[in-house]
Amino acid sequence: MSRTSVIAAGAAAVPGTAAARARRDTIGGWALVAPSLVVIAAFTLYPVVLSLVHAFTAPRGGVTLQQVHAMVDDEVLHKVFVNNLVFAAVTVPASIVIALAMALWVNGKIRGRAFLRLAFFTPTVLPMVAAASIWLYFYTPSYGPIDRLLHVFGLPGHNWLGTPETALPAIMVVTIWKEAGFFMIFYLAGLQNMAPELEEASRLEGASAWYHFRRVTLPLLMPTTLFVMVVAMTASFKQVEHIFVMTRGGPDNASSLLLYYIYKVAFTFYDEHYAAVLTLVLVATLLLLAFLQFRVLERRIHYR
Amino acid sequence: MRTTDSTRWTGALRALSAAAAWLCALAWLAPLAYALWASLHGAADETRFALDAPWTLANFVDAWHAAPFGRYYVNTVLLVLGILVVQLVLSTLAAYAFATVPFRGSGIAFWLVLVQLVIAPDVLISENYNTMAKLGLVDTLAAIGLPFFASAFAIFLLRQAFKSVPKELDEAAEIEGCSRLLRLWKVYVPLARPTYVAFALVSVAAHWNMLLWPIVVTNRPESRPLTVGLAIFAGQEAGVSWSMLSAATVIIIAPLLVAFLVFQRQFVQSFMRAGIR
Repeated sequence: MSRTSVIAAGAAAVPGTAAARARRDTIGGWALVAPSLVVIAAFTLYPVVLSLVHAFTAPRGGVTLQQVHAMVDDEVLHKVFVNNLVFAAVTVPASIVIALAMALWVNGKIRGRAFLRLAFFTPTVLPMVAAASIWLYFYTPSYGPIDRLLHVFGLPGHNWLGTPETALPAIMVVTIWKEAGFFMIFYLAGLQNMAPELEEASRLEGASAWYHFRRVTLPLLMPTTLFVMVVAMTASFKQVEHIFVMTRGGPDNASSLLLYYIYKVAFTFYDEHYAAVLTLVLVATLLLLAFLQFRVLERRIHYR
Repeated sequence: MRTTDSTRWTGALRALSAAAAWLCALAWLAPLAYALWASLHGAADETRFALDAPWTLANFVDAWHAAPFGRYYVNTVLLVLGILVVQLVLSTLAAYAFATVPFRGSGIAFWLVLVQLVIAPDVLISENYNTMAKLGLVDTLAAIGLPFFASAFAIFLLRQAFKSVPKELDEAAEIEGCSRLLRLWKVYVPLARPTYVAFALVSVAAHWNMLLWPIVVTNRPESRPLTVGLAIFAGQEAGVSWSMLSAATVIIIAPLLVAFLVFQRQFVQSFMRAGIR
């Protein structure tokens, strides 16, 4: 150690230099955080600001509400947004219920537990593109396994992905299939963290298994449920891979979702400014979801 | 108290529940099993489930030659590992600051980081594409990876892990004369190992699987990852049989699937650890 640093070390121990230490901490802290912040600023914060600018300016310059008006009149956007809401309203509760059932099965004393867990979880590790291309095959009219199965029972086949009424539901099935196993593990963790005394107490009190599940297990799993809801809702607005492979949004936008529509506007119609408004809608939706979930999460945990 | 009747009743229910569980599991595995079957059989047998149907690897050979999957593989591996390494370094530094350095403005900085948890960079495709175009990075692996170099998720997880490190350990190392960065390396990082493993698995799986952003930012096969390759392959109108598409799908999922089967417990625990708290 050199003379000066010995003095510096001595000085640092003196209470009078707390301010110096605080300054050093602040510089050091920001230096450590800077690399991550720069990336986040460049690819998350800046694009949001840029979207704001593009949304309210005309392609040839000047402030305008042209894009906002276009959005209000855009029937495709309305359709796509409703699609997205339906998509979330069906896939989120469905995957949550299935995930909970899976977790209860795998957590209980059941034959072939390890195998069941493996079966449920495997779709989670697959890329959505791969899952979608497998299901594409399943849905093939008259030739695919689903229609073949229907034929066995004497039922007519159906063009699942080519019919407006069934295109979106068909994609929802794939989503539920892929996501349920992922959510299962969170429930499984929740169940395993539960004190075994609880179940014993219920049994001693003569409570039925259903009563125990409804009044003890389910409330205790509430934080898990809310967490899973956050993840699932957000995913329903961010996931479009299956649409790329299975329907490309068709027929007639019946299976298009918001982000896929943004992709089309930005990279097929090359309308950067309109894409910016749509991006803001998506960002606002995601922020609102996060905010709602955060509030609900806070309340539930306090009042439990 | 229970009567024998109700025990019999619960017994029946339990059996029914087990049957439902197995049915569900088989239904869950069916698509995968089907893809495997189709990929290993000729077009004539792809929906004929006879055990004596001749097995073949021809679909794999055909698929492999029909698209530059070799190139795609290299790209995906480079991409996934590159992202992971940078993420680990940057997130460790940031998380360390948030967990241990009481710096002015840390609250604001943390909020800015958390924004990324809600608005992922791959949602902002249009503007981020413009940025990449300005940087001259379109059609490079760097363009695919760059927006993910910082991870709010990793920072969040590691911050929690670092916060749970006992203060005494840190102080002991400080008394021994360890500088702040040395303490990070010697005390904090080793103790946060499970978090690192968990995040690494999640990160690799997530970026191995991403599609939208790579589709947006690449145009040539030289810079495309596997997922984009498969999407294009599946999107071809003619010339691709189902057996071949199944083979291509299996080619793409095989490494992940094998890794998952080998490190099953690790995977499940990692996904779990990553999600909880």
